[in-house]
Amino acid sequence: MAVPADLRYTKDHEWVRVEGDIATVGITAYAADQLGDVVFVELPEAGRSLQQAAPFGVVESVKAVSDLFAPVDGEVAAANEELATKPELVNSEPYGSGWMIRVRVADPGQLEQLLDASAYESLIAEA
Amino acid sequence: MGVVGNPLQPTLAERSRPGRGGGKIPHPPKDALARIPAGQRRAEPPALPELAEPELVRHYVNLSQLNYAVDTGFYPLGSCTMKYNPKLDEWAARLPGFARLHPLAPDAVAQGTLELLWDLERWLAELSGMAAVTLQPAAGAHGELTGILMIRAYHRSRGDLERTEVLVPDSAHGTNPATATMAGFRTVSIPSAPDGGVDVDAFRAALGPRSAAIMITNPSTLGLFERRIGELLEAVHAAGALAYMDGANLNAILGRFKPGEAGFDVMHINTHKTFSTPHGGGGPGAGPVGVGETLLPFLPAPRVLREPDGSFRLEREGERPTSIGRVRSFVGSTGVLVRAYAYLAAHGGSGLREVSDDAVLAANYLKHRLGAAYDLPFARHCKHEFVASAASLKKRTGVRTLDVAKRLIDKGFHPPTVYFPLNVEESMLIEPTETESRETLDAFADAMLEIAREAETEPELVRSAPHTAPVRRLDEATAARQPDLRWRAMRGAETPCPD
Amino acid sequence: MPYGPHTADDRAAMLRAIGVDSVDELFDDIPKALRASPLRLPDPEPELDLAIRLTALAERNRTNLAFFLGAGAYRHWSPPVVDQMLLRGEWYTAYTPYQPEISQGTLQSIYEYQSLLAELTGLGVVSASHYDGAAATAEGALMACRATRRDRVLVSRAVHPHYRRTLETYFEGAGLRADELPITTEGGTAGTTDLAALERELADSERPVGGVVVAQPNFLGLLESMPDVVRLAHAAGALVVAVVEPVSLAVLAPPGAYGADIAAGEGQPLGIPLQYGGPYLGILACTDALVRQIPGRLVGQTTDLEGRRAFVMTLRAREQDIRRERAASNICTNQALLALAASIYLAALGPHGLRDVAAMGAARATELEAALAAAGAPRIHPGAYLNEFAIRVPDAPAVHARLVDQGVLAGLPLASIMPDEPSLADALLVCATEVTTPAEIDRFATALAAELGTGGADRRQPEVAGVR
Repeated sequence: MAVPADLRYTKDHEWVRVEGDIATVGITAYAADQLGDVVFVELPEAGRSLQQAAPFGVVESVKAVSDLFAPVDGEVAAANEELATKPELVNSEPYGSGWMIRVRVADPGQLEQLLDASAYESLIAEA
Repeated sequence: MGVVGNPLQPTLAERSRPGRGGGKIPHPPKDALARIPAGQRRAEPPALPELAEPELVRHYVNLSQLNYAVDTGFYPLGSCTMKYNPKLDEWAARLPGFARLHPLAPDAVAQGTLELLWDLERWLAELSGMAAVTLQPAAGAHGELTGILMIRAYHRSRGDLERTEVLVPDSAHGTNPATATMAGFRTVSIPSAPDGGVDVDAFRAALGPRSAAIMITNPSTLGLFERRIGELLEAVHAAGALAYMDGANLNAILGRFKPGEAGFDVMHINTHKTFSTPHGGGGPGAGPVGVGETLLPFLPAPRVLREPDGSFRLEREGERPTSIGRVRSFVGSTGVLVRAYAYLAAHGGSGLREVSDDAVLAANYLKHRLGAAYDLPFARHCKHEFVASAASLKKRTGVRTLDVAKRLIDKGFHPPTVYFPLNVEESMLIEPTETESRETLDAFADAMLEIAREAETEPELVRSAPHTAPVRRLDEATAARQPDLRWRAMRGAETPCPD
Repeated sequence: MPYGPHTADDRAAMLRAIGVDSVDELFDDIPKALRASPLRLPDPEPELDLAIRLTALAERNRTNLAFFLGAGAYRHWSPPVVDQMLLRGEWYTAYTPYQPEISQGTLQSIYEYQSLLAELTGLGVVSASHYDGAAATAEGALMACRATRRDRVLVSRAVHPHYRRTLETYFEGAGLRADELPITTEGGTAGTTDLAALERELADSERPVGGVVVAQPNFLGLLESMPDVVRLAHAAGALVVAVVEPVSLAVLAPPGAYGADIAAGEGQPLGIPLQYGGPYLGILACTDALVRQIPGRLVGQTTDLEGRRAFVMTLRAREQDIRRERAASNICTNQALLALAASIYLAALGPHGLRDVAAMGAARATELEAALAAAGAPRIHPGAYLNEFAIRVPDAPAVHARLVDQGVLAGLPLASIMPDEPSLADALLVCATEVTTPAEIDRFATALAAELGTGGADRRQPEVAGVR
């Protein structure tokens, strides 16, 4: 399973794309595959403040449920409303239209703590 | 499965034709509802289906034949104790004296049922080694809630408000942590020891002044008796906490182990498992809860009491202020309890001990037979059920536990519980019960071994099973993404009411 | 063991295969110190003896009384087709439809139940059922708190007392607050929820209300002004839980029509025998918007690999077996067999039959009201009712007990179930249904008149003769 080189990752199998002070967050293809068919995603409203490592949402598949953890501190700038009607995008385009939230990053230093693609690749190789 | 032709059935809505049916209820006078204000009335009659009785009967008979059931075959669904349901028990519950009794009938009118409930409480107390039993809870999970709320009331009655945690092993049924949450507790999950048993040291480390209770299933959800249960109970009580036993697996230990005697403070009993009240396609059940002396004052209201003159009565509203209160309406699922009573009486003490002996014997026999093709992660003797795993099979052939389960359907068997317990990979929890003959056990074992062979030779056949069921595997993702939970725009109710 | 198949040979062969000498060895893992004391239980009872004894025990219950008791559990006629279908082993000896390929019967029957109750309640989502009306009401109130993220509900004292007590037990555990709304005691709305009190409580901005729980008809049989309840609650951001009686929904405006968000109630009247309290059927329904908040099992329609329509348990990730400590409820089972009974009952009666059941009960209740009033026991409350109402009888509990001796079950002395409601100390709650006969009404009125010393000759005037 390809791991895009231009993204950052968390140990909880989330990816982060940084553009300016905005970080877009989703779950990796590996995570989506482990969950199976995603049927529901519960996301926060814009404006909510997030704390690094605290849960911000929930993703449900047919037979599993998993928390989503904030990769960094910040404020929710947008949530992917399309997932309300098309949760399957998480499976089909995990790094594209299956994104979950955009966060206005409070502390850019925290981004440095995230894994790069090769570190994440070895993480899932061990799993 | 007995239907000739397409076994799938239209819905009631699709079968409905306006103008059919009727003849059941005499027509009331036209002005019967005149005193109901117009604004309170229903504007349109409900669009209920209209069927003649022969169509109705075929609908439900044909639908029933799409079900697998204990009455049609072997149903080794682990943790659910799918044993034979005696027909006498169905007959007893339908005796008019039991079936027509109103739950608020005065005690003087209800002496037969009250005596039955009183005796049943005594018998269940004896089997569980508890001081008293409430028959109110409507299911096992409801019993858990009742038990944990009593534990909460106990700590509060002592002014001990710091106990906010319930300790649960990671092999527990999902109801245990969900119950703890409903009763306002935080769940602390304790990993199991490598041998599958409770890790007493891990529990010791987690026990403390915040611990309200532990919840333990014994025998465990792996089908193993917790050999270190004595030590664990001592540690729990030393920490000031109480011990809840999930009685889901009571069928293994009747007459062999009484949880109350061993030191558990409270337990629930699933009458639909151990005492063979029918599972009903998902319910009803009943979840009587036994308590030791410590929790006696907190039992839910009302209890059945015996007067000095030998008559019986229910506790009156507010008679016992220490009670946790009501957990449901009325006195309990008495119709289920009548069946349990009949089951217990037919077996007697000696028969009940034999129930567990034969259940454990059958499980060990089946386990022995399956060892030829499946992983058995726990070598020691099991109780009434055991865990097998398709992990090695999957590595070799790509065939998973789910596939084995579906292929069993083709062979005429209900699959075991799959992917539970969670702490064993590709798990199958197999519970044969004491009412299956050796021929049936052998036929099931043969089918399991045959599937393992098919996995080697024709894996695609297994992976695409079932092939002979009324339907093939279902699209569960679409069902959840675009829920269709009812029919819409059904025809019917177009003709006006006859009057 | 009466139902076990094993012969001595079978047992010996299995023990040999396992490699042990006796069954006792299989129990070696129970520590000696913890092994059970001998069971002190009766000897096994042969089926014949047991059948005779059970028959005698059942006959000790007196079920041949002239019968006017309702109060949350109702005597109705259930067409025999209902129970005969239930007796098929394919229904009652199956379990939860975990394997949909061999459970389409149960799954389709639950989908049909959901559809039928959605139609009756006028709400889009119906759970596959809960334990009983009380538990369903408690779950409905918890739902309202979850959906609004508020921790307080208001419960009318005109809701069944058992439901209120159960709700309190559930709320106590969850750390939530349930406050009661008084019953109006004077004027045209006497016996119904005090809407002025509702308005006051909702206005308390310090303690925002998540849900308002009101019964229709209420416990005293009276019709509440549900549209007003909904208007007030919604204006304050609270949801409405309507506690309903399903037969009444054939003729009364359904919760969906007056804007309730959640409906809960007891499904027993839909063809399920009284059997001293259960098993019953907890109805829980909600609007489509609340689908993810509803606890308990749901069945949905889908297709199989070959495109055939089929049914399956769905939205399961909300439930305890997956979500564990984060589940909305610990409920695991449903009352599938009772939901099936309700569906067969509804389909057997059809829309007109169900309406006739409700209307015939109302007609019999009109007769009962007139007969009891003539006997000297008038209705207490002036408002509209369907088929249940409270009458004023001095020293009601004692009169009730004496009437039982005369073969009349004269409803329920309200003091026994609502001891904290002084306005109802001298009241009997009585009801009539389609099975109430004029002869029973006559027996009740005659005995009551004798008790009250009113003679009751007027009672025989044919005020409602048209009914007979």
